[in-house]
Amino acid sequence: MAASESYPDELLYHSEHDWARIDGDEATLGVTWFAQDALGELVHYEAPDVGSTVSKDASYGEVESVKAVSDLISPLSGEVLEVNQKVVDAPETVNEDPYGDGWLIRIRMSSAGERDQLLSAAEYKKVLEEA
Amino acid sequence: MLRRTPLHDRHIALGARMVPFAGWEMPVQYEGVIPEHKAVRRDAGVFDVSHMGELEVEGPTARDLLQATLSNDVDKLEPGDAQYTLVTNETGGIVDDVILYRLDRHRYLIVANASNVAAVFSWLKERELRGSDVRDVSDDYALLAVQGPRALERLGFAPTRPFTWTMSDVEGIEVMVNRTGYTGEEGVELACMAEEAGRLWDTILHRGVVPCGLGARDTLRLEVCYPLHGNDIGPDWDAISSGLGWACELDTEFTGADRLRAIKADGPAQKLVPFAMTDKAIPRQGMAVVGGGEVTSGTMSPMLEVGIGMAYLPAAASKAGTELVIDVRGKERHGVVAKKPLYKKEQ
Repeated sequence: MAASESYPDELLYHSEHDWARIDGDEATLGVTWFAQDALGELVHYEAPDVGSTVSKDASYGEVESVKAVSDLISPLSGEVLEVNQKVVDAPETVNEDPYGDGWLIRIRMSSAGERDQLLSAAEYKKVLEEA
Repeated sequence: MLRRTPLHDRHIALGARMVPFAGWEMPVQYEGVIPEHKAVRRDAGVFDVSHMGELEVEGPTARDLLQATLSNDVDKLEPGDAQYTLVTNETGGIVDDVILYRLDRHRYLIVANASNVAAVFSWLKERELRGSDVRDVSDDYALLAVQGPRALERLGFAPTRPFTWTMSDVEGIEVMVNRTGYTGEEGVELACMAEEAGRLWDTILHRGVVPCGLGARDTLRLEVCYPLHGNDIGPDWDAISSGLGWACELDTEFTGADRLRAIKADGPAQKLVPFAMTDKAIPRQGMAVVGGGEVTSGTMSPMLEVGIGMAYLPAAASKAGTELVIDVRGKERHGVVAKKPLYKKEQ
């Protein structure tokens, strides 16, 4: 079952359709409802290695639907602490619950100031309206 | 300006995602590629394929024109029969792969790929003989493919032999019922007058058939290894290397037959073969095969739940069971050459 459209207020957003949930110096990352809807049902998640570093605005992995491949753009820089194995095994989890069970990686942030450059839910929705 | 089929408004009303395809605005999916794919494998789905072209070839020398331009043996067709065949060029390459229907003694219908209708029409027109007339009648007809194990039952048709056609009606709408398709399932392709397409579509949906887009059409055909012209086959690949020797009657004379006989005798240098991934990865068109070769089509198989595709491989590396390595955006991913079809119905 696909989730219905939503952009939770407690998350921060990147204009490339990624979200971050910040908790202390750690952050959980994923893709937005808009991203999963545009791609369709996901069938593959090419995840980064635990221990690798990700950089803000750079690709850290890929998700694929039957028809398309999409880079995952990191909203923040840091070290990968954990990859969501549930999504590796069942990529459609992202379609079902993009902000919950469908998270993609957890990182330790290396640059605390970067969060200030991210968008609020209201600002991200404006990006979608203008697209 | 993209062209629209007579069913355009209905696709929009169903919430289809529309994409440009071969100059047409076509539905790529309604509910989703995977559920649509499974509906066709398990029950029945309907595709609007009105973008495909119809050419009529008529006259006392129609047979001679077709025998000289098409790879298969036209003389095997009685009125009521259909045949998969190729329009070949001088090098044995494929101008288009088409279905030829014999309508009556001196009249044939060719159903061609949307992107090649103009090319096939002018190819035949230039070679017209005295006593044969080639006409593009594409605008007159809509074409709906109804495919799946329950397709005939849902339409109320009795089972008939594949590659035959008959005239019939669906709730009063006159249709040419072709026992052909592009999914590997039992089914029909229904041609009707363009102005009746809406009513036919509504009737078919009312019978519980699931609307399906081009996305599912592509995954369905790839699971059963039907080549797609423009991806897997084309004018620069000869029919033998493309694995379509079975559609070439080399005892007849047609354009490129000499070349194809020579390639067959020598053995092709490369062959188009299906493969399945053993690593978790999805092959895509254009990816390189390590050691030589190229992926021409690739997707995730909804039924097998692994990456599948077709590739041209050096003949020595093209036998079923041979391992292959594909460069998936810089990462080496393993697969194995398979036999056709990749997907077979469970008994």
